[in-house]
Amino acid sequence: MSAGFDAAQVRADFPILGRQLGGRRLVYLDSANSSQKPRQVIDAMSRFMEHSYAPINRSAYQLAVESTDAFEGARSAVRRFINARRDHEVIFTKNATEALNVVIQSWGRANLHRGDAVVLTQMEHHANIVPWHMLVAELGIELRWVPLTDDGQLDLSDLDRLLDGAKMFAFTAMSNVLGTINPVRRLCDAAHRAGALALVDGCQFVPHHPTDVQALDADFLAFSSHKLCGPSGIGVLWGREELLDAMPPFLGGGNMIADVRIDGFTTAPLPAKFEAGTPPITEAVGLHAAIAYLECLGMAEIRRHEMHMTEQALTQLTDRFGDDITIHGPTNVEVRGATLSFAFRGVHPHDLSQVLDERNVCIRAGHHCAKPLMRVLGAAATARASFYIYNDESDIDALGGALEGAADLFAF
Amino acid sequence: MPGLEDLYREIILDHYRTPRNRGTLETPPAQMAEGHNPLCGDEIQVYALVVDGLIDEIRIAGQGCSISQSSASMMSQAVKGKPIAEARRFIRAFKGMMSLPDEDGSVIEPGGVSLGDLEALQGVVKFPVRIKCATLAWNTLASCLDHT
Repeated sequence: MSAGFDAAQVRADFPILGRQLGGRRLVYLDSANSSQKPRQVIDAMSRFMEHSYAPINRSAYQLAVESTDAFEGARSAVRRFINARRDHEVIFTKNATEALNVVIQSWGRANLHRGDAVVLTQMEHHANIVPWHMLVAELGIELRWVPLTDDGQLDLSDLDRLLDGAKMFAFTAMSNVLGTINPVRRLCDAAHRAGALALVDGCQFVPHHPTDVQALDADFLAFSSHKLCGPSGIGVLWGREELLDAMPPFLGGGNMIADVRIDGFTTAPLPAKFEAGTPPITEAVGLHAAIAYLECLGMAEIRRHEMHMTEQALTQLTDRFGDDITIHGPTNVEVRGATLSFAFRGVHPHDLSQVLDERNVCIRAGHHCAKPLMRVLGAAATARASFYIYNDESDIDALGGALEGAADLFAF
Repeated sequence: MPGLEDLYREIILDHYRTPRNRGTLETPPAQMAEGHNPLCGDEIQVYALVVDGLIDEIRIAGQGCSISQSSASMMSQAVKGKPIAEARRFIRAFKGMMSLPDEDGSVIEPGGVSLGDLEALQGVVKFPVRIKCATLAWNTLASCLDHT
């Protein structure tokens, strides 16, 4: 156990993890997909709806003032959490996919032309691929792909050539399949040297590591609330002020305008320009509570705990199953997080997750919305176990035991 | 909670271990259709050689989980050598067993068609996520026959 971190005590804060199914406890190993919620988040959202809920930004009554303060308080909390310069550089969206789409569609349409190059990596989530494909179809831009090494890291040997003349380098800070943590600062520097901007998909990174957008020197960062113990329904786009200011709006509607006339409109200043319509108000309050919860544990402590869990999981599963298990991604825990995709004895991941479910071991099976990466791995699907703050070594044991059950059933 | 024994019946595991009618057929003269399960990335190709209104040969390629593979294997045995109209009745009956509606949205009443070994897949209904696995080959066969 890493010093100062008590996952069992953390688990006690999560009501759902106290649930028994068929007399067994839940072993939740799907946090890379979505995390569970602590009592602190659930209570903050309930209290807000019982006590202070009202529309924001529109009304003079006391309740609306409280609600607006709570919403803007969440924005400030996010700004501090990722060390952004200004509150209004933080845009609330409905999820990280929408956050990426704001940049790709708004910045992309305004700045990219036929033949312009955008660099992606082979380990991207579909959310950082498909919107670019849409621009390929619409504008005729060119996509270039950073390949992978055999152990699932980015192969940067040809990066400068790939970036040559590119306008944007859009990459994930951590792979949702391989667990690989990419050298974000180095990648941002390489992009800037080539005159490109850096868009960072932080979905898998931000919930697990201290994040400082200034130290990383990123231009845009997208991440979701639901993977960091907050509610679903809200995501975050952070962008450098001058870039966001220069971009056209994405969605049009209420709240994002300064003026509307018969013959046109003018946009509101940041952040409202990118927040058309009623935003996820209660969800912002929940996100604020989630950030406060994680900060109380300490992001550096969380990272240490997960490095320990990754080391233990890699060692124990390999010791126990030898050649019967193939765990994708790097073995060095310095460059990987606690997300383990694996193949087990030729058992199809769907069957594996079904058998594991019999013991309440919740894992993800499938292509993880990363089909280009799955093709590189030569697999249609993998099983994926991902660990978070409420997991400890007993969960690794439970996973190992359940895998043995699967081996018995599919022993052929 | 339904148990695994409802899902992984021995005959299912047998067809998964040793799938029947695996492979490909030359197109043309055979028809081929491809099916995907977007949830899990499974892919299947169904080849059918139709001669005088009969499914003379059928082959299954691609890969997937035990449920999708065994369903495809049993399906290939069930429709091989049968007239297209009868294969379509099988498809309809199988979807009915999976509690899926007919193309017009109506409930498919059981009866008329004996599914034989395929009835081992009845337990899949208790695992709603897996119904798409079981029906992948059948939907692909239907689209393959639509080409003829």
